[in-house]
Amino acid sequence: MPVQDFEELFQYKIDQETKIEPKDWMPDAYRKTNIRQISQHAHSEIVGMLPEGNWISRAPSLKRKAILMAKVQDEAGHGLYLYCAAETLGMSREQMIDDLHSGKAKYSSIFNYPTLTWADMGAIGWLVDGAAILNQVMLCRTSYGPYARAMVRICKEESFHQRQGFESLLVLSKGTAEQKAMCQDAINRWWWPSLMMFGPKDSESTNSDQSMKWKIKRKTNDELRQQFVDMAVEQVKLLGMTLPDPHLKWNAERGHYDFGEIDWNEFWNVVKGNGPCNKQRLAARRKAHEEGKWVREAAAAHAEKRKKPHPDSYRDPKGGALAAA
Amino acid sequence: MQNNQTDYLLHLADTTLILSQRNSEWCGHGPILEQDIAITNISLDLLGQSRNFYQYAAQLITDSKKESGAKTPPLEGLGEVTEDSLAYLRTEREFKNLLLVELQNGDWGQTILRQFFFSQFQYLLFQQLQQSNDAQLAAIAAKAIKETTYHLRWSSEWVVRLGDGTDESHQHMLHAIDELWRYTGELFEAAEYETAMGIDLAAVKQIWTEKVTAVFDEATLPVPENSFMQPGGKKGVHTEQLGYILTELQYMQRTYPNSNW
Repeated sequence: MPVQDFEELFQYKIDQETKIEPKDWMPDAYRKTNIRQISQHAHSEIVGMLPEGNWISRAPSLKRKAILMAKVQDEAGHGLYLYCAAETLGMSREQMIDDLHSGKAKYSSIFNYPTLTWADMGAIGWLVDGAAILNQVMLCRTSYGPYARAMVRICKEESFHQRQGFESLLVLSKGTAEQKAMCQDAINRWWWPSLMMFGPKDSESTNSDQSMKWKIKRKTNDELRQQFVDMAVEQVKLLGMTLPDPHLKWNAERGHYDFGEIDWNEFWNVVKGNGPCNKQRLAARRKAHEEGKWVREAAAAHAEKRKKPHPDSYRDPKGGALAAA
Repeated sequence: MQNNQTDYLLHLADTTLILSQRNSEWCGHGPILEQDIAITNISLDLLGQSRNFYQYAAQLITDSKKESGAKTPPLEGLGEVTEDSLAYLRTEREFKNLLLVELQNGDWGQTILRQFFFSQFQYLLFQQLQQSNDAQLAAIAAKAIKETTYHLRWSSEWVVRLGDGTDESHQHMLHAIDELWRYTGELFEAAEYETAMGIDLAAVKQIWTEKVTAVFDEATLPVPENSFMQPGGKKGVHTEQLGYILTELQYMQRTYPNSNW
C-alpha cells in the first residue's frame, strides 16, 4: 500500500475511536508527538517528586508524613508506567532520561516553583493536581492505547491526591491565625502557575491542531483552563479563602467565570529555564543519576554473573549449561 | 514494669521512626526509579510500625496518668499524650533509638547495608515479640513481620548484588562495613527495659551472626573480626546526628505549638 493509503486507514481508525497500538502503522509525526508528550509527562512525575519530597522530613504530624510519602511514591509509580508506555513507541528509558538531563526534553514548569511552607503541600494537591487531573481525564481517551490505559490508572490515584490536598488545606483554614495565613499565602503563590499548566493560549499553541485531529488531545488548552477556573472558584469558597485575581467574575452570557490575564512573560521565562528552581531541579535529577551509576552497573554485572554457569558447577550432559554453551 | 514497658515501646517506636526518616531522604533521589520506590516503601512501612508503637505507648501513658493520680507518671509535662507528642515533643536525650539508624545515609551501599543489618535483627526480634505475653505488642509484631520479611529479602539481595557486582561496588560495600559494623553491637546489648521485658537478645545475636555471615559469604564480603562496639542510643546517648534529625522532624510542631494539622 502506498503511504497515503496507510495514512487514510490510520485516520479512519482514529475517527472510528479505535485505539492505536504499538505495532500498528502510524505516521512518524504521530509517533514523535506521543513520545514527546508521554516522556514529558513521565519526567514531570519524576521531577514533581522533588518539591513535595522537600517536605517529607518536616511534615507536621506522623499521619501527614505518611500521606505525603505515599503520594510522592505514587508519583514515582506514575513515572514508571509512563516511561513504559513511551518505550512501546521505540525509545529507551535511558535515552529519555538522557534527554531530560541534557535539557532537550521538558517537564511541567510548575515544578520549577519552590515549596516554601507546609501549606504548599495542600495547595499543590488541590491546585496543581487539580489542574493535572483535567488534562489527564481527557487523556484517558487519547488515541494511543498504552498511554490511555496508563492514564486510567493514574487518574484514580491523582483524584485521591487532590482530595487529600484539599482536605489538608481545609484543616489549615479552620486552624490558628498563622495556619490560615499560611493557607492563603500558598493559594496566592500557586494560583497563577497552576493556570499556566494548561500551556499557551490556543491562538499561540503550535501543537494543538494536529494533536486534536489525531485525538491525542481532545480539548484545547483554553477549554481546560476555563474548566479549571470554574471549578476552583467554587471550591475556594469552602475554604473561606480567596483567589488572587481581582478580575474573577461570573459571566452569565458565557456561563463561565472571566479571569485576569496570565503573565505570559513569566510563563515563557520559566519554560526557558529561568524559573526559581529550574537549575536545582535538574541538578538534583542529574546528581541522583550520576551517583547511581555504580549501583546500576553493579546490578547489571551481577545479573550477568548469575546468567553464566559457574565454572565449577555440575554440567548436565543432556542439556542445561552444556547445551546452552 | 509500667515504665519499662513504655520505655521499650518508645525504643521500638523511635528506632523505626528515625530509620524511616533517614530512608525517606532517598525519595526522589534513588539510583534507579524502581529502587527509589522500594526504599520509600520501606520508609512508609517503618513509619507505620513506629506509629503503632507510639500509639500503644501513648495509650499506656495516658492510662497510667489516670490511675496514678498524685504520683508522677512517665513523661509528665507533655500535656495530652499522643503519637505526635511522643514523636515531636521529646528531646535528644529522651530518644531511645539505636545509633545505627540515625547515622547519615552515606551512599546507596551504606543505606542498603544498614537496612540489611537492621531488618535481619528486626525479623528475629519480631519473631520473639509475636510470642510476647503483651497481646498488643505481639499483634503489632505479627503484623510488622510480614513487612520486615520483604525488607530483609530486598536488602540482602542488594548486599549480594553490590558485594559481588563490580570491583567498584565491592569497594563501596567494604567502606560501608567499615562505617557501620561498630554500631551493630548495640543491637544485642540489653538495656534495662529490655531485660525487664524478658527480651532474649543473646539468642537473636547468634542467629543474626549466622545469617549475616551467610549473606556476606555469598556477597564475597569479609565479616569483620571482633572490634570495638559503640553503645549509647538505647540509653539516650546519641551521635551528633540526632539533634539535626530532630530539628527537621520536629520543626513544625515546635514552631506552631498546639495546632491541628
